[in-house]
Parts: sequence; C-alpha cells; structure tokens
Amino acid sequence: MSELKLPSIDYAALAPILIMLGAALVGILVEAFVPRRLRNAVQLGLALVAMLAAIVMVILNADARLITIGGAIAVDGPTLFLQGAILVLAVMALLLVGERTVERGGAFVAHAAVTAESAEDRRQAEGVGGATEVYPLMSFAIAGMLIFVAANDLLTMFIALEVFSLPLYLLCALARRRRLLSQEAALKYFMLGAYASAFFLFGVALIYGFTSGIPGRGAGVDFATVHAAVTDSSSSPVLLFAGMALLAIGLLFKAAAAPFHVWTPDVYQGAPTPVTGFMAACTKVAAFGALLRVFHVAFAGASWDFTPVLGAIAVLTMLVGAVLAVTQTDIKRLLAYSSIANAGYLLVGVLAPSREGLSGTMFYLAAYGFSVLAAFAVVTLVRDADGEATHLSRWAGLGRRSPFFAAIFTFILLAFAGIPLTSGFTSKFAVFGPALEANQAWLVIAGVLTSMVLAFPYLRVVVMMWLSEPGESTPTVTVPGALTSAALVIGVVATLALGVVPGPLLDLTTGAAEFVR
Amino acid sequence: MSNFPFLSVLTVAPLVGALVVALLPRSRPDLAKLVAFGWSLLVLVLSVVMWFAFSAGGDRFQFRESYPWIPNWGVNFTFEVDGIALVMLMLIAILVPLVILASWHDAEASKRSVPAYFALLLVLECTMIGVFAAADVFLFYVFFEVMLVPMYFLIGSYGGHQRQYAAVKFFLYSLVGGLFMLAAVIGLWVVGGKTFDWQALSQAEFATDTARWLFLGFFVAFAIKAPFFPFHTWLPDAGGAAPAGAAALLVGVLDKVGTFGILRYCLPLFPEASRWFAPWALALGVIGIIYAALLAVGQNDLKRLVSYTSIAHFGFIGIGIFAFTTQAGTGAVLYMLNHGLATGLLFLVVGMLIARRGSALISDFGGAGKLVPVLAGVLFFAGLASLALPGTAPFVSEFLVLIGTFTVNKPVAVIATLGIILAAAYVLWMVQRTTQGTLNPALTEVEGMRRDLTLREKVVVAPLIALIVLLGFYPKPVTDVINPAVQATMQDVGKSDPAPEVGSVQEAAK
Repeated sequence: MSELKLPSIDYAALAPILIMLGAALVGILVEAFVPRRLRNAVQLGLALVAMLAAIVMVILNADARLITIGGAIAVDGPTLFLQGAILVLAVMALLLVGERTVERGGAFVAHAAVTAESAEDRRQAEGVGGATEVYPLMSFAIAGMLIFVAANDLLTMFIALEVFSLPLYLLCALARRRRLLSQEAALKYFMLGAYASAFFLFGVALIYGFTSGIPGRGAGVDFATVHAAVTDSSSSPVLLFAGMALLAIGLLFKAAAAPFHVWTPDVYQGAPTPVTGFMAACTKVAAFGALLRVFHVAFAGASWDFTPVLGAIAVLTMLVGAVLAVTQTDIKRLLAYSSIANAGYLLVGVLAPSREGLSGTMFYLAAYGFSVLAAFAVVTLVRDADGEATHLSRWAGLGRRSPFFAAIFTFILLAFAGIPLTSGFTSKFAVFGPALEANQAWLVIAGVLTSMVLAFPYLRVVVMMWLSEPGESTPTVTVPGALTSAALVIGVVATLALGVVPGPLLDLTTGAAEFVR
Repeated sequence: MSNFPFLSVLTVAPLVGALVVALLPRSRPDLAKLVAFGWSLLVLVLSVVMWFAFSAGGDRFQFRESYPWIPNWGVNFTFEVDGIALVMLMLIAILVPLVILASWHDAEASKRSVPAYFALLLVLECTMIGVFAAADVFLFYVFFEVMLVPMYFLIGSYGGHQRQYAAVKFFLYSLVGGLFMLAAVIGLWVVGGKTFDWQALSQAEFATDTARWLFLGFFVAFAIKAPFFPFHTWLPDAGGAAPAGAAALLVGVLDKVGTFGILRYCLPLFPEASRWFAPWALALGVIGIIYAALLAVGQNDLKRLVSYTSIAHFGFIGIGIFAFTTQAGTGAVLYMLNHGLATGLLFLVVGMLIARRGSALISDFGGAGKLVPVLAGVLFFAGLASLALPGTAPFVSEFLVLIGTFTVNKPVAVIATLGIILAAAYVLWMVQRTTQGTLNPALTEVEGMRRDLTLREKVVVAPLIALIVLLGFYPKPVTDVINPAVQATMQDVGKSDPAPEVGSVQEAAK
C-alpha cells in the first residue's frame, strides 16, 4: 500500500476563504446559543469583523502568486483583486442587510410561513427580531465566491459554484413583504440554477474525457492539464467544444448573459432588495472572475474558436438588456435588465485577451458593483406603508419631495448611462479600449449603440423624478439609518472617485492582471 | 502676465461660483442672482485680460498648461487656445453675464429653486469654457458630454411648454452623437499611440480607411451638435422649450461646439478624410440653408422660428469650413462669433417679448410696436443683424464665407446666396407680423405689454448692439486673431488658397 502523500497547504494564502467559512459556521452556532434579542447585533458584528479580517488578509497576501492545496486553488493577482472586490462589496451589502431602522424588524422574514401584517410579523416589527440566518447564509455565499474566483480546477470551481449558489437561493426567498413574489423568485432561481449547475458538471465531465484522449498525458480537470491538452493539436476537438460550451452555459447563467438571463428580472424583483444588491454586485464579480480564469487560463489556446461565439453572446446580451430595459415599469426590473446589459459590456472586456483587457474587466466589475449597490440602497429607501414602492410611476416627482436622494439616484443613473466624470464612463473606456485593440471593433460598436438605447430608460427615470409633478401616491424617502447611509456614501463616493481619478484603481488592476498557470 | 494659468482658472472659476450660489439658501433668491452676476463679470474681466495677453501674431497655440490626470491612459488636463478658441471664449464670457441679467425673473416663474437656476448657468459656463480650452481629446470629450447635464436640467426644469419632451430629446440626440464620438475617441487612442494629446495626435498618420471611420465618428457627433441637416430636429424643440436665456446660450454657444469641433478635430486630425467627405458636408450645408430657411418662414412660434434661422446659419458656417479657403474659413469662424451675438440678442429680445405677452405665438402679437416702441426697435435691429444686413457684424462673415466659397465652388456659393433672400423673408415677415401693422386689440389688455424696456433689459441689449455694430464696421481686431489659426488649420488639411488670377498673370510676366 503506497503512502498517502498530503498536498502542501499554504494557510496564509487561503486565509480569506477560511475566515469566511469559519464565520459562517460560528454564525450557525450563534443561531443556536445566543438569545433571540441579541442575535442580530452579534451576527452582524461577527459577519462584519470576519469580512474586514478577510479583507486585511487579502491585503497582506497582496504579493502572493502561488498555486496551493494540490493545485486546487490559485492565489494570484486576479484572485486577490477579485476577492478583495467581493469582500468590499459584500461589506456594503451587509450594511444594507443589517439595516433595521428603515423598516422595523428588517427586510427579512423569520420563517417561510409568516405572511406580511400577520401577528407574528407585527411581533417582529416590535423588536423580537427576524431571521438572522441571513448572516451565516451570506457568509457561506461569500466564502463560495472567494473559492470560485480562485479555483484552479474545474471540480473545485463546481463545488464553489454550489457553495455560493445554494445560500443565494435561500436568501431570495426571505423577503418580508410580497412573500409570494419572493418565493417564486427563489424557486425559479433554484430550478434554473440547478439546470445550469448540471450543464456545468456535464461540461466538466466532457473536458475530462477530452484530456484523457491525449496519449502520453494524464487526464485531469485542473487548468494546467486542460491548457496543455487544448494546445496539443493532435486531439479531436469535439469533446473540447462540447465541454467548453456546456461550461460556458453554467458560467454565463450566473453572469446573467443572454440567452441565459431569463431568471434575472424575476429574481431581482422578488428577492429582498439588499440581497438583490448583493447578487448584482458580488455574484457578478464572482461569475466573471471564473469566466476570465476559465477562458484566459484553461482555454486560452482555443480563443479562435470561442471568441466569435462569446462575441455573439455579448452582442445579444447587450441588445436584450438594453431593449427590454426600455419597456420596464418597475425600478428593480429595470435595474435587472441594466445589469444584463452590463454583463454584455463585461463580456466585451473578457474577449480582449490582453493584460489591459483583463485589467479593464476587473476595473469594470469593481466600479459597477459600487454603483449598483448604491442604486439598490436608494431603492430600499423609497417606500410607503406597504414597503418599497418599486413601480416607476410612484417615483414621479420624487425630486421635489426628496431632492437629496433623487440627486444621488440621478447621479448613479448618469453613471450607468456612461456620462463622463462617473465610474460608468471610465469603466466603459477601460473595456472598450482593449477590445478595439484586439480587433473587436464590432463589439465596441455594438456596445456604443446599445448604450444609446440604454440611456433612454435611465433618462426616463430621471424625468420621472425631476420633471414630473409629484402625485398623490408619490412615496417619501425614509431617512436611512446609519448602516444604509454608510453603504450609500461608500457607493456614491466610489462612483464619483473612480470617474474622476481612476488612476489608483487602474494601477491596482494593471498590477494584478496576470494569472499564474 | 502670460504665465498666468488663464485657462484652468477660467474653467474652474465658474464652477466655484456655481457651488457658492448653490449653497445659498433658497429663501435668498436676490442674493443668489447678485452673486451669480458678479461672478460671471469676474470671469468676463479675466477673459478680457486674457484677450489682451494673447499675441495675435505669436504661436498658433498659447497659454498651454498640462497636468497629469489618468497616467494609465495618457490623459492630461491640457489646456491651450488658438485664435478660434479664444474668440469663442470671449463670446461665452460676454454672453453669460448678459444672460444672467436677462433671466433675472425667469426662474421665479417656474416655482423651482432660484439659486439652482443660476448655479446651473454657471456650471454650464464652466463646461463651455472647458470644451473650448481643452487640448486633450479625452478632456474635450468629458466636457462635451458633461455639458449636457446642466443644459438638460435648465430646459427640463425651467423651460416652457413641452419642456420634458424637449429636454429628453436634446439629451438623447446629443448623447447619441457623443457615443459615436466615444467610439472614435477610443479608436483614435488605439491607433494614435495611446495618447490623447492634440499636438501628438495631429502629427500621427492614420491608414486611409481608419481615418475615414474616425472622421465619421467625430463628424456625426459635431453635426448633431451644430446641428446640420438632417440631424437638426432636436434644436427647434429644445430652443422652443428652453427659457430664453438658456436658449440664447444653447444656440449662441453650445451649438458652436459642433463647428468648433470640426475645425479643431476633424480637419487637422484627419485631413485626407476631410477632403474626401467635404462634398457631402457642403451638400448638407447647402440643404440646411435652404430647408431651414423655408421652415423658418412657416413658423408661428417665435422661439422655434429663431431656432430654424440658426440651423440655416449653421449651414453657412458649414460651407465656410468645408470650402477649405482661408477667406471662407475666417468667415465661418467670424460667423460663429457674430451668430452668437446676433442670435443671442434675437433670442433675448424675443424672450422679453414673450415674457410680456405670455405667449410665443406670432399670431398672438400684431402691431406691438405701438405699445413697446423701443423693444420693437431692438427686435427689428436684431432681425436685421440676423439677416446679415451690411453694417452689422454678420454681414462681414456671411460675405467672407460666400466669396471664399465662390473662388473654389461656384454652384454652392450661388445656391447659398439664395439663403440670404429667404433670410430677409423670414425676418421681415416676423417683424411685420409681430410689431408692425394694426394693433392687435388683445395686446392692450395684457398688463406686461404696457411696459417698454426696463433699465435692466436695456443694459442687456446695449452691449450686444454695440458689439454687432462695431464688428460690422471694424472686424479687424477679431480677424487678426482668427486668421493665423484658420490658415494653420487649412495647412493641416493640405489645401492652399487658389492663387488670385491677377497674381498669376504677373508671375507669368516675370
């Protein structure tokens, strides 16, 4: 019997992941042992401290460029940058999740059977405390995302995908208001997500088959083996193409790219708004992080084959997102379609296989995350007696009622529209420039044309808020608690700062834009 | 004195003023107006100092300043002006205080924040100065786009009938052009060696096809901005809905960004493409002159009428630019200035008339000259300036454009001349139907129509009238500044003026 050889493990490099997993486990214990009244504060504090500690570890690891734990995890520039981005955005989302003063009792239901305005619901509002499972679930999801962007083989990536997806399905179902919509969203997300996972897994199997077909090499699904197999011209590409397509479906589903986007508007609308913000920012970072790694590291040798297909998907995504956004009447659905269109712009960056392209995509991910979280933070504040007022007609004349928040939202919408001096402009520039350099002018032109279409729905909201007279049903903006204010300030300041002085972050992304193989 | 950072100070000063005005309490509207007016006068004084510090015979570009902004992309805050930009900066500096003075009571009518209105005007001034002073393509683009935001709110929040529709249309049209330009800017950056510096880019050589595509990207943006036929449909709506002061700035200055952009970016950066596209641009110019003039004749809304006259005038500027002779080019630039003065004046006077009557429809007037003789006289003068009567400044520029074009392209010049006749028609009919003839009895019942020009309004129109007359008789100070810049631009395009025939005979005689 041969000796079992243990892989070497670099615990310091894994620290951010371990911290978040540990925090999630401790969070479950807190649920079991800490009295109900204290749970919210303890859980919030725990999650926040864990995230900050993980951020510190990411910063301490900044120069790490290594592959550890038997080739399963790669800690390199993109990993660290994306992990940092996920964590920082997650802190913002956590602040929104932890908010308890905007709506008494919080935005989350205690358990599935509680309906809005029921006796139990009112008790929650009186301070008994709602569902604090949100925090460990979020920690699990974040841990999964941190692994997802660092995964160096396809199986680890699949497990990470499940680790962050399952908590998200649950989180979607936890809205305290509009319970049915929320549960429908969760079910839809779960069903479609399960299909996507199955596609991904099948793709992994096919790729394994592809690598095993090459004589003189061991089979495997780690990126180095896949890369070597792809560059080996002797192998038949059928399995490769099929496997690549199935993998891409799984990843593009999470990234909300057309035609795998159909879940996005329903889920974004039904999920509790803080969770929607979390998904729009962090899931996007994680999904594109994985896409970048898979296509730039594992399949780099096949770029001639996948670039036209992904390019077509990018164009379709931009088109679908932009055109359907025009017809939306609900602010959360509008932001969902805008997020789909943004996935298209990000794909343009993915298809620029240069250091600048990688750097630009990462810049875009971070910048977009800040803006979209700030946008959803404002959405949580515009409310009436029935909770958030998300129908656009209800936003008419908001600028007159609450000029400050309307101004903030206008600024964010201008950022989405790509007006200069906002991060929306610099990030578009950061992905379009390298794409043009990579001779993908058609993608840039499609991006520019869809930006024009997309400007219209944004502008319509601005018109609604400022130029329409306030109606009877115009809700007021709730004065945000400290947590939401903090998230809002971070988001808006980042959107402005990255638009005016993008230099420092660009230095960071450029320095980080190299994968270890 | 020439070391003083004129351009960055000029750009930043209105922004600071805007912040100050915006922070004033809503309950102190008069203070906000005074501060805004004072601030714009300060900018005017500084601009005048700069005008005299500029040496007309010196370098083509002066007052260069450059500070790093986004080193990763090679973006700098680079400012410098040539004669063309300098003239436009003067126009802005003169118009803004007058517009503030003319809009003294406009904001109250809308029930919205008065300080915000004047703050927006100052923000607009900042972006307008920036767009003309920028010598970095990225910086230019930033100002070009950001300029939309204050204008959008000026039209949308303080405008008249159909203001929402007009504001959105204005914004979307400009944004569409801007995004085409963005694609071209990125393309220029990629093929031009990752720099945005105008000086460096003007030395770069591009492949013929690339240059033509890039030219088109810039040209579409500028043609929408200017606006040239057939991209003009937003202007009558925006001009008709905007408050008169903002409309004067919109037509007087904002639209010049389009023609300025063509002169500064399209021609020198893509000379071959400019020559290749010139026949098309000339055709658009000629169509614009005739078509817009015909539409102007048929308008019943005063502000829309003035907007259409502007489109016709932009046709003249367009053919002046694309004729590629120094005379026509100088005429075009001079036209940009004179049109700003004349149409600015016309918009402001029309605004005064509309404010009194409470209606912009020509049919609601009639014989108004009997009630407000001075105002009617000023309207008549502004109209005459607009139709380029000899003795007023626009005549000089229109004449230069036409003779400059005639030497190289007779058919275009001849057709464009028809535009002068149509101009006489729409201006004189407008004046006749509003202020002459029998008095419309409804007018006597309107309170406002009994009041002729107030002192404030006289102060607004007097400088403009003086300048129009002065430049009509003695345009030399301005042409001295413009001429070298235009000559340099024409050299960039690679076109030299046709030699005068007499001269060539003398050459032969030697």
